[in-house]
Amino acid sequence: MSETADRVKKIVVEHLGVEAEKVTEDASFIDDLGADSLDIVELVMAFEEEFGVEIPDDAAEKISTVRDAITYIDEHKG
Amino acid sequence: MFELSGMTALVTGASGGIGSAIAQALASRGARLAVSGSNRDKLEAFRASLAGDHVALPCDLSEPSQVDALVPQAVAALGKVDILVNNAGVTRDNLAMRMKDEEWDQVIRVNLEAAFRLIRAAAKPMMKARFGRVVSITSVVGQTGNPGQANYAASKAGLVGMSKALAQELASRNITVNCVAPGFIRSAMTDALPDAQKEALTARIPAGTLGEGTDVAAAVVYLSSREAGYVTGQTIHVNGGMAMV
Repeated sequence: MSETADRVKKIVVEHLGVEAEKVTEDASFIDDLGADSLDIVELVMAFEEEFGVEIPDDAAEKISTVRDAITYIDEHKG
Repeated sequence: MFELSGMTALVTGASGGIGSAIAQALASRGARLAVSGSNRDKLEAFRASLAGDHVALPCDLSEPSQVDALVPQAVAALGKVDILVNNAGVTRDNLAMRMKDEEWDQVIRVNLEAAFRLIRAAAKPMMKARFGRVVSITSVVGQTGNPGQANYAASKAGLVGMSKALAQELASRNITVNCVAPGFIRSAMTDALPDAQKEALTARIPAGTLGEGTDVAAAVVYLSSREAGYVTGQTIHVNGGMAMV
Protein backbone atom coordinates (compact mmCIF):
# COMPACT_ATOMS: atom_id res chain seq x y z
CA MET A 1 0.00 0.00 0.00
CA SER A 2 1.32 3.44 -0.86
CA GLU A 3 2.25 6.01 1.72
CA THR A 4 -0.50 8.31 0.38
CA ALA A 5 -3.09 5.58 0.86
CA ASP A 6 -2.03 5.07 4.47
CA ARG A 7 -2.30 8.75 5.28
CA VAL A 8 -5.63 9.15 3.47
CA LYS A 9 -7.11 6.20 5.33
CA LYS A 10 -5.87 7.53 8.66
CA ILE A 11 -7.59 10.87 8.00
CA VAL A 12 -10.82 9.14 6.99
CA VAL A 13 -10.79 6.97 10.12
CA GLU A 14 -10.20 10.00 12.34
CA HIS A 15 -12.78 12.26 10.67
CA LEU A 16 -15.60 9.82 10.19
CA GLY A 17 -14.98 7.78 13.32
CA VAL A 18 -15.22 4.50 11.36
CA GLU A 19 -13.25 1.29 11.89
CA ALA A 20 -10.03 1.05 9.89
CA GLU A 21 -11.06 -2.26 8.26
CA LYS A 22 -14.05 -0.57 6.66
CA VAL A 23 -11.88 2.00 4.90
CA THR A 24 -10.98 -0.02 1.81
CA GLU A 25 -9.99 1.70 -1.41
CA ASP A 26 -13.34 0.77 -2.95
CA ALA A 27 -15.32 2.25 -0.07
CA SER A 28 -17.63 5.11 -0.97
CA PHE A 29 -17.53 7.93 1.56
CA ILE A 30 -21.27 8.44 1.49
CA ASP A 31 -22.66 4.96 0.73
CA ASP A 32 -20.22 2.82 2.74
CA LEU A 33 -18.74 5.09 5.38
CA GLY A 34 -21.81 7.11 6.36
CA ALA A 35 -20.41 10.52 5.42
CA ASP A 36 -22.72 13.44 4.70
CA SER A 37 -22.01 16.33 2.33
CA LEU A 38 -20.48 18.41 5.11
CA ASP A 39 -18.16 15.51 6.01
CA ILE A 40 -16.93 15.48 2.40
CA VAL A 41 -16.12 19.19 2.61
CA GLU A 42 -14.21 18.57 5.83
CA LEU A 43 -12.33 15.58 4.41
CA VAL A 44 -11.29 17.59 1.38
CA MET A 45 -10.05 20.38 3.70
CA ALA A 46 -8.11 17.82 5.73
CA PHE A 47 -6.55 16.27 2.60
CA GLU A 48 -5.54 19.74 1.39
CA GLU A 49 -3.84 20.44 4.68
CA GLU A 50 -2.15 17.06 5.04
CA PHE A 51 -0.75 16.90 1.51
CA GLY A 52 -0.36 20.59 0.65
CA VAL A 53 -2.51 20.17 -2.47
CA GLU A 54 -5.38 22.31 -3.60
CA ILE A 55 -8.53 20.38 -4.49
CA PRO A 56 -10.87 22.68 -6.41
CA ASP A 57 -14.63 22.22 -6.09
CA ASP A 58 -15.10 20.56 -9.48
CA ALA A 59 -12.42 17.98 -8.61
CA ALA A 60 -13.81 17.49 -5.10
CA GLU A 61 -17.22 16.67 -6.57
CA LYS A 62 -15.69 13.72 -8.44
CA ILE A 63 -14.08 12.22 -5.34
CA SER A 64 -16.56 9.65 -4.08
CA THR A 65 -14.40 6.71 -3.01
CA VAL A 66 -11.23 6.39 -0.97
CA ARG A 67 -9.40 5.40 -4.15
CA ASP A 68 -10.60 8.57 -5.93
CA ALA A 69 -8.99 10.64 -3.17
CA ILE A 70 -5.70 8.70 -3.22
CA THR A 71 -5.48 8.92 -7.01
CA TYR A 72 -6.18 12.65 -7.08
CA ILE A 73 -3.63 13.38 -4.39
CA ASP A 74 -0.92 11.20 -5.98
CA GLU A 75 -1.44 12.99 -9.28
CA HIS A 76 -1.37 16.49 -7.83
CA LYS A 77 0.92 16.57 -4.82
CA GLY A 78 4.16 18.44 -5.39
CA MET B 1 -23.99 32.29 32.63
CA PHE B 2 -23.09 33.89 29.30
CA GLU B 3 -19.40 34.03 30.16
CA LEU B 4 -17.30 34.45 27.00
CA SER B 5 -13.82 34.10 28.44
CA GLY B 6 -11.47 32.14 26.22
CA MET B 7 -13.59 33.02 23.19
CA THR B 8 -12.71 35.33 20.31
CA ALA B 9 -15.04 37.46 18.21
CA LEU B 10 -14.94 39.38 14.94
CA VAL B 11 -17.35 42.33 14.94
CA THR B 12 -17.96 44.41 11.81
CA GLY B 13 -19.10 48.02 11.97
CA ALA B 14 -17.68 48.04 15.48
CA SER B 15 -17.07 51.76 15.82
CA GLY B 16 -20.69 52.68 15.08
CA GLY B 17 -23.44 53.21 17.66
CA ILE B 18 -24.86 49.69 17.94
CA GLY B 19 -21.56 48.07 16.92
CA SER B 20 -19.59 49.73 19.70
CA ALA B 21 -22.19 48.65 22.27
CA ILE B 22 -21.94 45.07 20.97
CA ALA B 23 -18.14 45.09 21.05
CA GLN B 24 -18.08 46.52 24.58
CA ALA B 25 -20.57 43.93 25.80
CA LEU B 26 -18.67 40.99 24.26
CA ALA B 27 -15.38 42.30 25.68
CA SER B 28 -16.91 42.81 29.12
CA ARG B 29 -17.97 39.13 29.17
CA GLY B 30 -14.35 38.16 28.51
CA ALA B 31 -14.12 37.72 24.73
CA ARG B 32 -11.03 38.87 22.87
CA LEU B 33 -12.04 40.93 19.83
CA ALA B 34 -11.08 41.81 16.31
CA VAL B 35 -13.04 44.99 15.66
CA SER B 36 -13.58 46.02 12.06
CA GLY B 37 -14.79 49.20 10.43
CA SER B 38 -14.18 51.37 7.40
CA ASN B 39 -12.86 54.46 9.18
CA ARG B 40 -9.32 53.56 10.25
CA ASP B 41 -8.81 56.39 12.77
CA LYS B 42 -12.21 56.05 14.40
CA LEU B 43 -11.74 52.29 14.62
CA GLU B 44 -8.28 52.52 16.17
CA ALA B 45 -9.54 55.06 18.72
CA PHE B 46 -12.40 52.73 19.60
CA ARG B 47 -10.09 49.72 19.96
CA ALA B 48 -7.84 51.75 22.26
CA SER B 49 -10.88 52.67 24.40
CA LEU B 50 -11.70 48.99 25.07
CA ALA B 51 -10.23 47.38 28.17
CA GLY B 52 -8.11 44.36 27.28
CA ASP B 53 -6.02 43.15 24.38
CA HIS B 54 -7.99 43.58 21.15
CA VAL B 55 -7.09 44.17 17.52
CA ALA B 56 -8.44 46.61 14.92
CA LEU B 57 -8.86 45.35 11.34
CA PRO B 58 -9.97 48.13 8.97
CA CYS B 59 -12.03 46.83 6.05
CA ASP B 60 -14.16 48.29 3.28
CA LEU B 61 -17.05 45.81 3.10
CA SER B 62 -18.03 47.01 -0.37
CA GLU B 63 -14.73 45.57 -1.69
CA PRO B 64 -15.06 41.76 -2.02
CA SER B 65 -11.29 41.21 -1.94
CA GLN B 66 -11.03 43.06 1.37
CA VAL B 67 -14.03 41.17 2.75
CA ASP B 68 -12.53 37.80 1.82
CA ALA B 69 -9.28 38.75 3.56
CA LEU B 70 -10.95 39.78 6.83
CA VAL B 71 -11.62 36.39 8.46
CA PRO B 72 -8.11 35.07 7.66
CA GLN B 73 -6.72 38.29 9.17
CA ALA B 74 -8.80 37.80 12.30
CA VAL B 75 -7.72 34.15 12.60
CA ALA B 76 -4.09 35.22 12.22
CA ALA B 77 -4.46 37.88 14.91
CA LEU B 78 -6.60 35.95 17.41
CA GLY B 79 -5.70 32.33 16.65
CA LYS B 80 -9.37 31.48 15.96
CA VAL B 81 -12.78 33.07 15.48
CA ASP B 82 -15.49 31.60 17.71
CA ILE B 83 -18.01 34.39 17.22
CA LEU B 84 -18.78 36.38 14.08
CA VAL B 85 -21.05 39.41 14.43
CA ASN B 86 -22.21 40.86 11.12
CA ASN B 87 -23.23 44.27 12.33
CA ALA B 88 -22.05 46.67 9.62
CA GLY B 89 -24.79 48.16 7.51
CA VAL B 90 -25.41 51.11 5.25
CA THR B 91 -28.51 52.90 4.04
CA ARG B 92 -29.10 54.60 0.68
CA ASP B 93 -32.74 55.57 1.09
CA ASN B 94 -34.81 56.56 -1.90
CA LEU B 95 -38.25 55.91 -3.29
CA ALA B 96 -38.03 52.85 -5.52
CA MET B 97 -38.94 54.79 -8.63
CA ARG B 98 -36.00 57.09 -8.05
CA MET B 99 -33.59 54.53 -6.72
CA LYS B 100 -30.38 54.30 -8.72
CA ASP B 101 -28.71 50.99 -9.52
CA GLU B 102 -25.73 52.01 -7.38
CA GLU B 103 -27.99 52.68 -4.39
CA TRP B 104 -29.46 49.23 -4.66
CA ASP B 105 -26.12 47.52 -5.31
CA GLN B 106 -24.21 49.24 -2.55
CA VAL B 107 -26.72 48.32 0.16
CA ILE B 108 -27.02 44.70 -0.96
CA ARG B 109 -23.26 44.36 -1.30
CA VAL B 110 -22.39 45.70 2.16
CA ASN B 111 -25.37 44.46 4.19
CA LEU B 112 -25.98 41.07 2.60
CA GLU B 113 -23.17 39.92 0.33
CA ALA B 114 -20.37 40.86 2.73
CA ALA B 115 -22.16 38.98 5.52
CA PHE B 116 -22.36 35.90 3.29
CA ARG B 117 -18.68 36.14 2.37
CA LEU B 118 -17.67 36.47 6.02
CA ILE B 119 -19.81 33.54 7.16
CA ARG B 120 -18.51 31.39 4.30
CA ALA B 121 -14.94 32.15 5.32
CA ALA B 122 -15.58 31.70 9.05
CA ALA B 123 -17.47 28.42 8.62
CA LYS B 124 -14.29 26.52 7.72
CA PRO B 125 -12.36 27.13 10.95
CA MET B 126 -15.61 26.89 12.95
CA MET B 127 -16.37 23.48 11.41
CA LYS B 128 -12.91 22.30 12.30
CA ALA B 129 -13.30 23.57 15.86
CA ARG B 130 -16.78 22.01 16.12
CA PHE B 131 -17.94 25.33 17.56
CA GLY B 132 -19.17 28.61 16.18
CA ARG B 133 -21.60 31.44 16.81
CA VAL B 134 -22.77 33.68 13.99
CA VAL B 135 -25.01 36.63 14.79
CA SER B 136 -26.17 39.01 12.08
CA ILE B 137 -27.81 42.32 12.90
CA THR B 138 -30.90 42.69 10.77
CA SER B 139 -33.73 45.18 11.34
CA VAL B 140 -37.41 45.42 12.14
CA VAL B 141 -37.64 46.90 8.64
CA GLY B 142 -36.66 43.52 7.17
CA GLN B 143 -39.90 42.19 8.65
CA THR B 144 -42.27 45.12 8.26
CA GLY B 145 -40.87 47.02 5.27
CA ASN B 146 -40.47 50.79 5.20
CA PRO B 147 -41.14 53.23 2.36
CA GLY B 148 -37.94 54.58 0.86
CA GLN B 149 -35.97 51.53 1.98
CA ALA B 150 -36.64 48.83 -0.61
CA ASN B 151 -32.90 48.12 -0.80
CA TYR B 152 -32.32 48.17 2.95
CA ALA B 153 -35.43 46.10 3.77
CA ALA B 154 -34.45 43.53 1.11
CA SER B 155 -30.92 43.26 2.49
CA LYS B 156 -32.16 42.82 6.06
CA ALA B 157 -34.85 40.27 5.14
CA GLY B 158 -32.16 38.56 3.07
CA LEU B 159 -29.98 38.16 6.15
CA VAL B 160 -32.81 36.35 7.93
CA GLY B 161 -33.42 33.85 5.11
CA MET B 162 -29.71 33.30 4.56
CA SER B 163 -29.17 32.69 8.27
CA LYS B 164 -31.93 30.07 8.33
CA ALA B 165 -30.33 28.21 5.41
CA LEU B 166 -26.87 28.35 6.96
CA ALA B 167 -28.23 27.35 10.37
CA GLN B 168 -29.48 24.12 8.79
CA GLU B 169 -26.22 23.49 6.96
CA LEU B 170 -24.03 23.97 10.02
CA ALA B 171 -26.12 22.83 12.98
CA SER B 172 -24.54 19.36 13.12
CA ARG B 173 -21.16 21.00 13.71
CA ASN B 174 -22.31 22.94 16.78
CA ILE B 175 -22.35 26.19 14.81
CA THR B 176 -25.39 28.36 15.38
CA VAL B 177 -26.51 31.09 12.99
CA ASN B 178 -28.98 33.66 14.29
CA CYS B 179 -30.13 37.24 13.84
CA VAL B 180 -30.95 40.16 16.11
CA ALA B 181 -33.48 42.64 14.74
CA PRO B 182 -33.37 46.06 16.41
CA GLY B 183 -36.26 48.50 16.15
CA PHE B 184 -35.56 52.19 16.68
CA ILE B 185 -32.33 52.56 18.63
CA ARG B 186 -31.02 55.86 20.01
CA SER B 187 -28.11 57.12 17.92
CA ALA B 188 -26.59 60.36 16.67
CA MET B 189 -29.10 60.12 13.83
CA THR B 190 -32.21 59.81 16.03
CA ASP B 191 -30.87 62.48 18.45
CA ALA B 192 -30.79 64.93 15.55
CA LEU B 193 -34.49 64.45 14.75
CA PRO B 194 -36.85 67.31 15.59
CA ASP B 195 -38.94 66.76 18.77
CA ALA B 196 -42.23 66.40 16.86
CA GLN B 197 -40.75 63.60 14.77
CA LYS B 198 -39.30 61.91 17.85
CA GLU B 199 -42.75 61.96 19.46
CA ALA B 200 -44.37 60.46 16.37
CA LEU B 201 -41.73 57.77 16.40
CA THR B 202 -42.13 56.80 20.05
CA ALA B 203 -45.94 56.82 19.72
CA ARG B 204 -45.54 53.66 17.61
CA ILE B 205 -43.49 51.92 20.31
CA PRO B 206 -45.45 50.30 23.17
CA ALA B 207 -42.41 50.64 25.44
CA GLY B 208 -42.73 54.39 24.86
CA THR B 209 -39.06 55.04 24.30
CA LEU B 210 -36.25 54.39 21.85
CA GLY B 211 -33.98 51.44 22.51
CA GLU B 212 -30.32 51.66 23.46
CA GLY B 213 -27.34 49.98 21.84
CA THR B 214 -26.93 47.98 25.05
CA ASP B 215 -30.39 46.45 24.54
CA VAL B 216 -29.21 45.04 21.21
CA ALA B 217 -25.84 44.03 22.63
CA ALA B 218 -27.46 41.93 25.37
CA ALA B 219 -29.22 39.80 22.74
CA VAL B 220 -25.95 39.39 20.85
CA VAL B 221 -24.14 38.28 24.03
CA TYR B 222 -26.83 35.67 24.66
CA LEU B 223 -26.71 34.24 21.12
CA SER B 224 -22.88 34.21 21.26
CA SER B 225 -22.76 32.29 24.52
CA ARG B 226 -22.13 28.59 24.98
CA GLU B 227 -25.51 28.40 26.74
CA ALA B 228 -27.37 29.36 23.53
CA GLY B 229 -26.08 26.29 21.67
CA TYR B 230 -29.58 24.87 21.07
CA VAL B 231 -30.89 28.11 19.55
CA THR B 232 -30.29 28.40 15.82
CA GLY B 233 -31.96 29.90 12.75
CA GLN B 234 -33.81 32.36 14.98
CA THR B 235 -34.28 36.11 15.09
CA ILE B 236 -34.51 37.95 18.41
CA HIS B 237 -36.50 41.16 18.00
CA VAL B 238 -35.33 44.03 20.21
CA ASN B 239 -37.85 46.75 19.47
CA GLY B 240 -39.87 47.72 22.54
CA GLY B 241 -42.86 45.88 21.12
CA MET B 242 -43.23 47.99 17.97
CA ALA B 243 -43.53 44.84 15.87
CA MET B 244 -44.47 41.47 17.30
CA VAL B 245 -43.59 38.59 15.03
